Parts: sequence; structure tokens; C-alpha cells
Amino acid sequence: MNIAVLVKQVPDTTEIKIDKETGALIRKGIPTITNPDDLTGVELALQLKETYGGNIHAFTMGPSSAKNMLRELYARGIDEATLLSDKAFAGSDTWATSHILASALKKHAFDLVIAGRQAIDGDTAQVGPQVAEFLKIPHVSYVDRVIDYNDGMLKVKKNEEHRMLTLNLPTPALITVLDEAAKPRYMNMFDIFRRSHLPLNQLTCDDLDVSLADIGIKGSPTKVKKTFNKSATQKQPKQTLNPEQAARTILDFIEAKGGQS
Amino acid sequence: MKYTDGNNCFVYIDHDEGTINQVSLELLTEAKHLMKRLKAPEKVVAIWLGTFTDDILKMLGDYGADHIITCEREDLNQYDVMKHTTVISEMIDAYHPQSMLIGGTVKGRELAPRISARVHTGLTADATQIDLDGETHHLAITRPAFGGNLYATIITPDHFPQMATIRPGVFEAKTFGHTSLPTQETFQYDKALHSPIEVMAIEEKDTKRTNIADAKLIVSAGRGVKNCLNLVSDVAAHLNGEVASSRALVDGGIMSKNHQVGQTGHTVRPSLYIACGISGAVQHTAGMDKSDTIIAINTDENAPIFDVADLGIVGDAQAILKQLQKQLDA
Repeated sequence: MNIAVLVKQVPDTTEIKIDKETGALIRKGIPTITNPDDLTGVELALQLKETYGGNIHAFTMGPSSAKNMLRELYARGIDEATLLSDKAFAGSDTWATSHILASALKKHAFDLVIAGRQAIDGDTAQVGPQVAEFLKIPHVSYVDRVIDYNDGMLKVKKNEEHRMLTLNLPTPALITVLDEAAKPRYMNMFDIFRRSHLPLNQLTCDDLDVSLADIGIKGSPTKVKKTFNKSATQKQPKQTLNPEQAARTILDFIEAKGGQS
Repeated sequence: MKYTDGNNCFVYIDHDEGTINQVSLELLTEAKHLMKRLKAPEKVVAIWLGTFTDDILKMLGDYGADHIITCEREDLNQYDVMKHTTVISEMIDAYHPQSMLIGGTVKGRELAPRISARVHTGLTADATQIDLDGETHHLAITRPAFGGNLYATIITPDHFPQMATIRPGVFEAKTFGHTSLPTQETFQYDKALHSPIEVMAIEEKDTKRTNIADAKLIVSAGRGVKNCLNLVSDVAAHLNGEVASSRALVDGGIMSKNHQVGQTGHTVRPSLYIACGISGAVQHTAGMDKSDTIIAINTDENAPIFDVADLGIVGDAQAILKQLQKQLDA
């Protein structure tokens, strides 16, 4: 089973700070991580490889600093890693990003493409399905578990709001995975030393069959008009009260609002 | 895809064998409000795939649909991402809508990106606010990013339809006092539809479904009350409310995912939301800040939850809940 895994390097969101004056992100000194859902995808790929054999190839689009993330994925056990990096890619929205990723994936034959459900910086959950469409292969989003893989047929559980679906999906196919799908393993020191220096593939715009009109800011159907911090609503006075007073204040407040109790 | 002759706002109606997902009604209402604000008001067009009835026609009309385009094939009764992408993309080609709204459910978030890739247009995920850019058709769509730490307003200036997904509960579904029923037309699609994806089994989740999305009163538990959840439930029961929780307790395996309020959980808008021991990261407040009234209890007086609270109490939520229980019992 040959597997492609789509990964993204993201800022560690809990540490994101906003410049209160400008509303801009302070990126300086912000640590980056592999997007958590993508790490789930990598782990799932490793488990599938252990069961069914094959090869795992990770793809990411991003700045050259994303190489560090790919080295970490080597240490985790993937077989090959490709960084798609070019100034012309900068500012790509999900449509353009998917177009670029799909162009790189088309150079290979994969049975399965795994993407994380969504990235913690953009939260769109769009790139996986869009890549599937560009590759003209079926996809299932929100996969909770891969049950098995037989004769080219993948059986998965999909987690919807009120129900779980068991679906059969012929490969080649793409799935986007929830964090329930696999629990990333710990890396061991031996693999970190032995594997993180494996060579990385690097592709630029010239290596791919993409037109400049379809990538970057220019090729992105969506444009960011403005970004801002949601200004917190006006601060209400806070009261420090002992529990008894607090409970009474709350009940009085509820009653004044219309007597919910 | 680019064109200039089209008009109308498409709203995809998400349904299971005829049972309409509430989010679709919310979107019809919002689309109606948006279209009314145009100088030359345009139609809200509901898109229906599968078996159609007069009752559905009336219902969609009540919530804001002016017109309904149906593709009444039995093989579309069950949602399938491949079949639905094909039929909706063909409809877009035929009718050239200016915009298209899709509920941000699991289905919607699986389907919408696939359609946007096929018809080559922009898609904005998880809109929390939709405005019109001047008097044009351009939608200015605001959405959170970076876990809600940043908001961005997105436009799709020269691709159509301008697509957005919107999570359940962000907008309110309201009926309009229509005097006439919406008009209906059938989209003829006679080609065979194949999907390689086969549904093998469907299990309904939790028989005792909590429905915090519709609750009028919510008592919500955060890290600060993780050791006294029975107290939270008890106070909620006394107030005829539902129990919800922050992401921390769901990630910690203490509460189930269907209780989670926030950007990766439910969006709720109850009359009253009582946040107990929740610090109120934007990821959480994005899912509850449209509640009519918010009471926050937290030991940390600098907790961001107080920024959205109508009544803020600095104190130990467990002790206060105990007192609430006592006074409610009295």
C-alpha cells in the first residue's frame, strides 16, 4: 500500500500573540509544530504500512523551515519526504494550495492519500477534499478509524454529528482523519539520530505542471480583505464575593432576567 | 469559473431522507436577509436533491426560500459526496448563482470544498458573519482563524459562486410571513450517477442525545469544576438547563464531544449561559458569545471569559455551585 501523507507546519496556536495595536500576528519566536491532525495521519500511515506493507511519502508546502518538520517525520518512520517551496506559492488559498499539492502527487501512483482533518492555523478542512477533486479520486472526510484494507478496498468509519458510518472506499482514494484515528507514537533516540538526516526532495514551481495564474495570491479565488482581533465586548465589572453571596447574586440576576428557574 | 450573467443565492438543503437539518433553515433566513439588503433584491434559491414533497416546499418557503430547484432522483435521497458534487456542480453551470451557502456540518465540510474545486471558485470556511460589500453582490465573509485568535474578512471578487460554509447555530432560523408559496423548478439530470463509495452500515450515536445547540439555558463546565461535575449537572437540572463543557474536559476524556462548546464543538446561543471554571479562550467564546446573557465564574480575575460576561463573579466555582444547589433546594 503506497501512501501519501499531507502535512503542514503550523504555529503552536496556544502561544500565538496578537499585536494589540496593529492586530497583526506576532510570529517572531513562535515555535512551530506539525499540525496535530496531520501527525495523526502520519501515525495512521505507519500503522497501515506495518500491516499491509508499502511506502509512505510525506508532502508539505511551505517555507524552507518546514524541512525540520519533515526530518522529524523521517525519524518517525516515513520513507520519503517532499517539500514544495517557492516564492510563487506564497499567499495561496486552499484552492491554489490544493492545486499545487495535487500537481506534485500526480507524479506518483498512490493507493491512499491521508490528510489531517484540518490545520490549527486555518481551520478550514478544505485542502484534503480539494486535493481529492483535483486528483479525481473519491474521498471521505472525518475518518475516525480505518478498519481494514482488502483487495484495494478500504473500509473506514466516518464520524458524523449523530451517527457513525461504515464506508467501503475503493483505492486510490483520499481520507481526512480525526485525532481518534491513531495516537502518534513516541520517537526513539536511535531513529532520531539514524533517520533524520535522510535526503529531502524539494520541488519548486518549475518542477510542477502549474500555471502562475493558478497559484499564489494571484491564483487564489479568495482574497483576505482584512484581519483583525475580535475586540472583546466592553468589560463588565467583576465582583469578588463569598460563595453564599455569589450564589444569591446569580439567582437574583437570573430572576431579574426573566426567572429561568 | 467566471461569469457575470447569473444572479441569486443558492442555499444547499442538507437533509436525511427528507428530514431537514436545522442549519439549512438558518441559512435560508440569513440569505433572505442578505438578498433584501441588495438594491435590486434577488432570489434565495433552495437546492434540493432527492424526493421532494409539498410540505418541504412550504417549509423552505417559510424560512426564506423564494425559489426551489430540485433534482428529484431517488438515488440522491442518501447523501453521497461524489454524486452530490456532480449534480450541484452541473446546477451551478446551468444557473450561474452569485453565491452559495452550505451548512458547516460534517457533510457540508466534506462536500463544499469538492464542489469549489470542481467549479473553480473560492470557498470560505466557517463564516461567522456575512456582509455585502457595498451594493454589489460581493459577500464579505468574516471567519475566525488561528483557533479564534484572529478574524479575517474574505472576499471572492471574481469567481462565482462565492461559496461559504456556516456552522450550525451561527445564524437564527426565522419564519417569514409569506403570502405565497415559493416557486419550484426541476433540474433535469438524466445521466447515470455512480459513486465508488458504498455505505456498509450506519449506527446512530448516543441514544440519549444531549442537544445543547437548542438549549435555552446552559451550565457549562471547565477545568475549574472537573472534580464536581455532578454538582454542575444538579444545578443545571434545577434550572431546567443542559450541561455543556469546554474543550479541556472533552480532550481530557471527562466529557463527551457532543457536550463541547467552542470552535471545534457546538455553537450555542441560549438565553442564559453560565460558564463555571472556564477561562474563556477565544476557541471557547467563539461558540457561546452570542448567548443572550452570560454569567461567568472563575477564580482568576483576569480570565478572558469575563470579557464576554454580563455578570462576572471572581470566586471558586465549586463552592459557588454548592451554594447555588443549596439555595435552589431551599
